Formats: sequence, C-alpha cells, structure tokens
Amino acid sequence: MARHRNVRNRSYSDDYDYDDVYGHSVEEDNCLSPSDTSQWMYDRSRNHQAISSFLENHNDIQEETEEEPLTEPSRPELDRRQSSDLRCLSLTEADEAKLLSCLDELRNILGDTVSENMLIQTVLSHKFDFNKALDALLSNDKNKPKQTEKIKEQSRAPPLVRIEPAKTVINVDKTPKVIATNNEPTTVGVIKGFKVEQDGSSGSRPQTPRDQSPTTEKSNQAPSKVKEKNDPNKQYSNERGSDKDHLYIVVIGHVDAGKSTLMGRLLCELGEVSQRTLHKYEQESKKIGKQSFMYAWVLDETGEERVRGITMDVGRAQFETKTKKVIILDAPGHADFIPNMITGAGQADVALLVVDATRGEFESGFELGGQTREHALLVRSLGISQLAVAVNKLDTTNWSEDRFNEIVTKLKIFLKQAGFKDSDITYVPCSGLTGENLVKPPNELELCKWYKGPCLLDVIDRCNVPVRPVSKPLRMSINDIFKSTGTGFCVAGRIENGILNKGDKVLVCPIKELAEVKGISINDLASNVAFAGDQVSVTLSGVDMQNVSVGNVLSDPVQQVPVSSRFEARLVVFNVKVPITKGYPILIHHQSLVESANIVKLKALLNKSTGEILKKKPRCLGNNSVAVVDIEVCRPICIERYKDVKELGRVMLRVAGVTIAAGLITDIYDT
Amino acid sequence: MKLIYKNIEKDGCGSIGLVPEESEDMWHAYNLIAEGDAVTASTVRKVQTESSTGSSTSNRVRTTLTIRVESIDFDTQACVLRLKGRNIEENQYVKMGAYHTLDLEQNRKFILQKVLWDSVALDRVEAACDPTATADVAAVVMQEGLAHVCLITPSMTLVRSKIDVTIPRKRKGFVQQHEKGLNKFYDAVMQGILRHIDFNIVKCVILASPGFVKDQFFDYMMQQAIKTDNKLLIENKGKFLLVKASSGFKHSLKEVLQEPSVMAKISDTKAASEVKLLESFYTMLQLEPAKAFYGKKHVEKANEALALETLMISDKLFRCQDISKRKEYVALVDSARENGCDVRIFSSMHVSGEQLDQLTGIAAILRFPMPELEDSDLEGDSDVESD
Ligand SMILES: Nc1nc2c(ncn2[C@@H]2O[C@H](COP(=O)(O)OP(=O)(O)O)[C@@H](O)[C@H]2O)c(=O)[nH]1
Ligand SMILES: [Mg+2]
Repeated sequence: MARHRNVRNRSYSDDYDYDDVYGHSVEEDNCLSPSDTSQWMYDRSRNHQAISSFLENHNDIQEETEEEPLTEPSRPELDRRQSSDLRCLSLTEADEAKLLSCLDELRNILGDTVSENMLIQTVLSHKFDFNKALDALLSNDKNKPKQTEKIKEQSRAPPLVRIEPAKTVINVDKTPKVIATNNEPTTVGVIKGFKVEQDGSSGSRPQTPRDQSPTTEKSNQAPSKVKEKNDPNKQYSNERGSDKDHLYIVVIGHVDAGKSTLMGRLLCELGEVSQRTLHKYEQESKKIGKQSFMYAWVLDETGEERVRGITMDVGRAQFETKTKKVIILDAPGHADFIPNMITGAGQADVALLVVDATRGEFESGFELGGQTREHALLVRSLGISQLAVAVNKLDTTNWSEDRFNEIVTKLKIFLKQAGFKDSDITYVPCSGLTGENLVKPPNELELCKWYKGPCLLDVIDRCNVPVRPVSKPLRMSINDIFKSTGTGFCVAGRIENGILNKGDKVLVCPIKELAEVKGISINDLASNVAFAGDQVSVTLSGVDMQNVSVGNVLSDPVQQVPVSSRFEARLVVFNVKVPITKGYPILIHHQSLVESANIVKLKALLNKSTGEILKKKPRCLGNNSVAVVDIEVCRPICIERYKDVKELGRVMLRVAGVTIAAGLITDIYDT
Repeated sequence: MKLIYKNIEKDGCGSIGLVPEESEDMWHAYNLIAEGDAVTASTVRKVQTESSTGSSTSNRVRTTLTIRVESIDFDTQACVLRLKGRNIEENQYVKMGAYHTLDLEQNRKFILQKVLWDSVALDRVEAACDPTATADVAAVVMQEGLAHVCLITPSMTLVRSKIDVTIPRKRKGFVQQHEKGLNKFYDAVMQGILRHIDFNIVKCVILASPGFVKDQFFDYMMQQAIKTDNKLLIENKGKFLLVKASSGFKHSLKEVLQEPSVMAKISDTKAASEVKLLESFYTMLQLEPAKAFYGKKHVEKANEALALETLMISDKLFRCQDISKRKEYVALVDSARENGCDVRIFSSMHVSGEQLDQLTGIAAILRFPMPELEDSDLEGDSDVESD
C-alpha cells in the first residue's frame, strides 16, 4: 500500500460511510465484543477517555495521525501494533521489560477498562512506578470533559495506537537511507550479501525496530532502483540479501485435529498475541461455551467461525524463528472448505500436517473420507514436498510413546505412497492446548523420557526455502479482491514468478486490460517492490474492479501468460468412486480459481512408473491410473505449461466435493 | 401441449395439429420439428396497402403461413422457437416461395407435416401431451459468491439467473468487508428467487450449498422477508428444502437430485431419474466394465448380440440435421425396444443429459459382459460422433 498516496486521496474515501471507516480501523482488527467496543470505539456521548488522555499527552503525534490513512488495508494487526507502539517509544530493553510487567500488573487490576495507550503513557510518565501509575489512572477521569471540542475536530482519527506507523515514517523522513535493507526473504538459491544472525530473543519478541523500519524507508528511494531493474537477481539480492528468509507454511489436517489451536498457542508462546487479547478471547469464548477454542480464536476471526468452532477460510499470521520469518496459513479442515484449503496450500512453500493422536480420532481422520489423506495428497500435488507432521493432542494419551510410534508408522506408509520422501518429513509429538514441545523442549516428564528431537518451532526453522524464480516474467495469481481506501482497489495473491515494482504496468488476464501498480504491501507492510514467493496486496488503477475476478492473473505485459479454455494434462487419478470417462464434468481448481470444466478426450493411459503408453483412447480411467487427457474449461483461463511455470501448470480436479485427480498441464491449445 | 388432431398414414407420412401451452412445449416442438418438415401456423404480418389516391398505409394482419422448414432456432432462455423457410402455400399476403420467419407462439395452434413420423417423434408427442407430467421444482445451488437459480421442469433445467460476485476474503482487519460482501450476495440471490420463481407453480424450492451458506442464506432471506413484510416468502417458507451440494456450479444439481430428501419430494421427475440412471451406468463401469459401454459402435454391437438392458440416448442425437443419421438412431431405439431393452431418451437440457451428450450421447448397461467389445478399437471414431 502506498501510504502517502492514501493520504493524498483521503477525500476519496467518502464513499465509505462513517461506520465503514470505523469498522476498518478498529473493529475488524480485533473482532471486539460489544463490551470491548464500548471502550475501544469512539462514541462522543459516552467514552472518550481513551482519546482524551491520548490527546493530552500526544498532540504532536496526533497531528501525524491525521495524515495517516484511516482505513489502510495493510496495517499491522493489533497485537503487532501494540508491541510496535512500544518500539516507537524507543525504550531500552530493560525499560521495555519494566513497562511490560507494569502493564500486566495494571491490567490485572483495571481489567480492560483502560486503553492500552493510556496505560502506557501513564506508566511512562510515572517512570515505571506501578503504584503511582495506578493512582494516576484511577484519578484520571477528571480530565475528560474539557477535551470534547478537540475530539470533534479529530473525530475521524481512530482513538487507537495509530500513531505508530506515522511515527515510523517520521523517523525515516529524517534519515533517508540509500541502501536498501529489508525484512524480506532471500532464498537458498540466491547468494546473500551478508547475513545478520539474529539472537535468540528476536524469536520471542515481535519485530525489532531494525526489522521494521526498512520497509518504510524503501518508499523514499524508488528512483534509485530503476537502473537495477534490468537484473532481477541483483535487485533481489540487494533488497533481500540481508534479511531473514520468508517461509510460507500451510497448516493442514482433518477437522478438529487442533490446527488452529496449535497455531494460536504457538503465536501466544512467541509473544505475538498480547495477554490482553488472549484474555479477551478467553472471556468471550467462555461466554459462548467454547473455551477450548480460545487459542483457535487467534486465527478464526469471523463470527461464524467462532460460533461454529471451525475454520472456514484460511487464517493468516506470522512470527519469526531464528533464521526465518514464517507466515502461517491456517487451512480449514472441514471437507466443505477444501477449495479454501487449496487456495491456501497453493501459496505455501511447506506444509505442517496436524493429526489428532487421541485414540479413535486419528483413525477417523485417516480413514477414507477423513481429510488427513486428501489434504496430504493435495499439498503434494500442489508441489509441496517438505512436510512437518505434528502428532498433536498427545496429552490425551498420557504422552504415550507407543501411540506416537503407531501413528508415525501408519503415516509413513501412506505419505510415501502419496509421494513424499521420508527424508523430507519430520514428526513432532506435541500438544497445542498445553503448549508442550512447541517453542521449547518439553517439560512433560513422560515425553522427556523418550523424545529427544527438536520442538515444533525448530522443525519449522529447519525447513528449506525454495528458490524464488525472480528472473522469469511476472505472474501473480489473484486470490482476493477488495476495496482500498484511496482510489483504485486491491488485489491480493502470491507472486509466482518475477518481480513487481510500484509503478509497473501489468496486464490483468484473461481480460487483458492494462493496470498500473499504485502500491504494494507485503504482509501488511508497504513496499516498493515484491518478488516471486511473496504474498502481496497490490493496489491497482486503470481497470474496473468489477471486471477483475478471483483466479485472474497479473502478467508481464510483454511476455504474457497464455490464455485458453482447452489444454492437455497428465492426470494422476486418486481413489475414485466411479471411473472417469470422456465428457466427465468436473471442477478444476487452478490456484484460487475454481471453474467448471469437462474432460473432453481421454488420449492415453500411461504406465505409472515408466510413463509409456499402455492404451490409446481408453474407455475410462480407474483408480490410481495415470493418463493424458484434454480438458475444456467453460471459459478461458490463464494457464501455463508445467514445464514453464510450475505453479500455474498444476490443476486439481474435483467432483461432488471430492478430489478425483491432480494434473500437470502439458500443452495449451489455441481457442 | 394439446393434441388437436393426428392424421398419419400407414407409411408414416402425415400431419399433427398441436397447441403449445407452456414454455416447456416449445422445447418439445423444437425436438419434433426437423429440417424439411412443413409447418403451418398463424403469424402477424405487416402489409402495405396502396389506396387509389396513391398514399400507402401499413397495417398488421394476422395470417396463416405454411413453410418448408430450413432452419430452426431455439432460444433456451426465452423459450422461443424460430423457424425459417420458404412459403409453400400462397395466400393473399404472401407470395409462393418467399422466405419467411415463423415464431411459434404459446396457445396458438400449429400443424406439423412430416414425410415420416418415426417412433421417437411419436413418443415425443405423447410425452408432450401427457397432462400428468409433474410440477416444476426450483433449485438454487450456491457457494460463497456464486449461485445458480434454476427451474427444473419435466424436460428442462433452465438457469434463470446466475449470480457471480467477488466476495472479499476474510483477512485481518477486513472481516467486515467480507461480511458486507456476503450480505450483498445473499441479497442478489434473494432477488433472483423473487424475480424468477413463481411460487404458484413451483411446489418446492431447493437451496443447496456446501457448508453453511444455505443456512445462512435462508436465515438472511427470512429475516429480510419479515423486515420487509414480504408475504410471498413468509407464506411459502415451507416450500424451501435445504440440502447439501458440493459447489454452486450448475452441475452440482446432479448431487442435489440424488439427495434422499429431495428424491422423496420429486421422485417422479425425469431429471432425477435420469441422474440416477446415468449414475448406475458409471457404477457398472467401475464394477464390471465389460457390462457398460458408450459410443454408437459399441452399443450397436451390444444390441446385435441382444445384450442391451438399458439404453440411454440423448435427444440431441435425434435433432441432427442429417436425416440418415437420425434414421440410424431411431432404428437402434426401435430394435432395442423390440429386444426388451429399457430405452430412455435423455433430455439434453438436464444436467445428466448434458453429461451424456459429452459422452457421445449414447450409453448402455448390458445384461451380460462383453469383454470382447472392450478390446475392440471400434470406439476410436466416437469422438467424431459427439461433435
Ligand atoms: N486435549 C487436547 N485438545 C486439543 C489440543 N489441541 C486442540 N484441542 C481441541 O480440539 C478442538 C479443535 O481444535 P481446533 O484448533 O479448532 O481444530 P482445527 O479444526 O484443526 O483447527 C478444540 O476443542 C481444542 O480445544 C490438544 O493438544 N490437546
Ligand atoms: Mg481450525
């Protein structure tokens, strides 16, 4: 997202009504309950304590806030905001620790009635003296009334910690740097300029100021990069050479295996979720009788998901390990939401398979009809070869080694059949609910007795980041389209190939309309450039939002992505109830695109291992067969031959909610 | 359709008078009329008359034309059947041999003359005039962002409205855009239902989706109905039937029609029975591949061996312009019937018929396995047939 652009265009956001603006800036971020809303949201007639105290202490910063876009889609989420807020105060580590402990204490007493900002300010002004700060807070109410006028003026600014990004900008403006450093990944395949090893603490602290600022810095130095544009690899290593690698990991497994809980807990253990938020989740989940889902709420954000206790669309979050910046994609496990899971897995580098070790539960998730198999097959077919397996909920089996081994043995056989190499799979015993063996070696005696391997975090840290094809022509498949705050609109997706610079002209395919990239943001931070492998949201102008749909591809305007409705594919047929014949209607999943299609021709049945033709024009394709077929899609789509662009050369075939085959595109016909 | 008269000679030549009564009947007419047939119907013409003073006036007159059909167009959406051909009976307004277009109209008689009324055509007349044909069913298949509002009549599945919108995904800080988008989508689907479904005719409205979309939508719709005091929806609440479907694409209707709860309500519709039949073909292909064949050549061979148990054939094959081809298919049907085979002519307007069309248009389940057919490469040119 181009921050300054939004600022300039603020008046354009008039089409958002007041509620919209508010919704975006506060509510959506946190999914506040009504009770919290009353405290966080600004309501002139009621609670302006947060703002008033804020204004009192920070008029200078508040000015900046005015310039900040209210509804910037790519802001860091709340938890990060809070922590980065601390950063802006440029405290020493010791002070920061003091502040944190004071805050916790205060919250214990005051609960959620006082805003985070207010707490911080008060603590700071009383030099970390807990008692004084408490006194001050309790007597603070008196200050309120006289601030009303000011609030009115600034009523469009949300009463939140919004100062912090602004403040970062100030810093940057004062000290514009020339050399690009960045918090984005390099890959194994790219030679890094130098590699700064982060000390262990960075794993548990959210981003350090060092990590944070460069992204914003970059917005000041677009011109300096133009000449590098010709050499993508150089640009990449310049930009990313010194940073942690980005690793996208999709979390898969049968519904209720504990995926969301595991990830939620991991984030909590890493300090990515504030105590406050967690406390809130605990209270609220208790209220609707779903307390066991409190950690899952970190990722399950929509009301629907929380009430039902299942993930429906891919949840995202990020954290850092020693050597990597990890972006997790929490996939829904329920069979009905596999299309969403495919979208998530299509963007991931590696997968974490979570299985429920509880007796009976593992079995039912693993049996036919359970999602353990289908998910594993899907991610493999989508090109993911590295797999970590979390044998979860071992707490329910009293950390039995036998049970662990039993599950590992069963999975090993299956995963091998599915095409994973044994050496690419790591099995970790853990419990998401108790937090055992997630970020540090186990405490549980029963587990210590027999398990000597790495904890989950270390396993993730050891995953290899694939080579990013930065020097190929740009391809980015769109998986989300939403309104931005300024002019234009945003599309989100993963850059499969090449480099995307701000200001680039890109071709939206298959509609073949030229659009201009007005802004890029990577993991919610504005950036001037993005590379293959990055998941970005891109602000576009020059095309009508109505004309763009999920599954479209942003392409290099010169070396365009092929568009066709008919292609040849090499299929691997899974376990199917009925054989595939010609004329078989299917849904094809290609990246985020789902489209109805037809198998129009069965060209040849192949030998599974040698690939030689067994039979030409077979009548039908049965279980586990390999074949070459022609597929016709009901309208033209953007596809690539597998040998050209792997990510855009894969299709999944589904019928009646079951994945029946995976295919690689071998030829594309002109249509 | 109402049969006015039927006048057919022993050699199969003759004419039939029919009155189409509903849009469905246009589909039947479309399947009956072939190139070369003669059709007599009334139509409105603009006629220029010149008065003795030389000024010309134009007025519209209704007149009856008979044309030799040269082209047939059927608009599935509007259910309009348009025939083109030369006039073969001169009358006071239209010259002999002049080209004319004839739109068949509902509730107006037309007469169809054929050189040969074959068994398939006669069956069609009978089916079209069967008053017991079941009432219509409406079905909405949906998923987030995609919905098809369909009307299922005895011989057609018509997509009345397709709603395809982009709903922003759930993302940190944008849950509201997602929910707003969802509501907009629900609203569009609801409008589609109100606009296209006639609750007087339809006995049941199926809402089908994966996950909770159908439930959420139904709740939304009923809430809106109460809010806006929409009597129509409130009174017909009981007609809605919520079932599972794997997607919002039209084809998932196939799953819907196999749902036991749906079957119970509409078991006698052609659409549902055709789905079931085709499914049993596929099951046979899986279990005993030597007892399930498709493609004209294979099926013909099986018929010669008196092996056909069930023959599925798409009505599309009988609409082909090549008269000799049609003859071949009719002959196959007649002979199969003679041999005690159950012959089902699928409507290419239903989902399973669409699929059968893609599968060469002809498939059969055999009484006994014929593995020798499997090995024969006869079917090689079946690709050509289906095009
Ligand atoms: N005993 C135990 N229960 C767990 C554990 N992890 C998750 N659960 C429970 O399993 C249920 C499903 O969790 P959830 O994270 O929503 O599963 P998902 O569908 O895979 O995302 C919740 O009730 C959790 O509390 C665990 O490690 N031990
Ligand atoms: Mg979940």
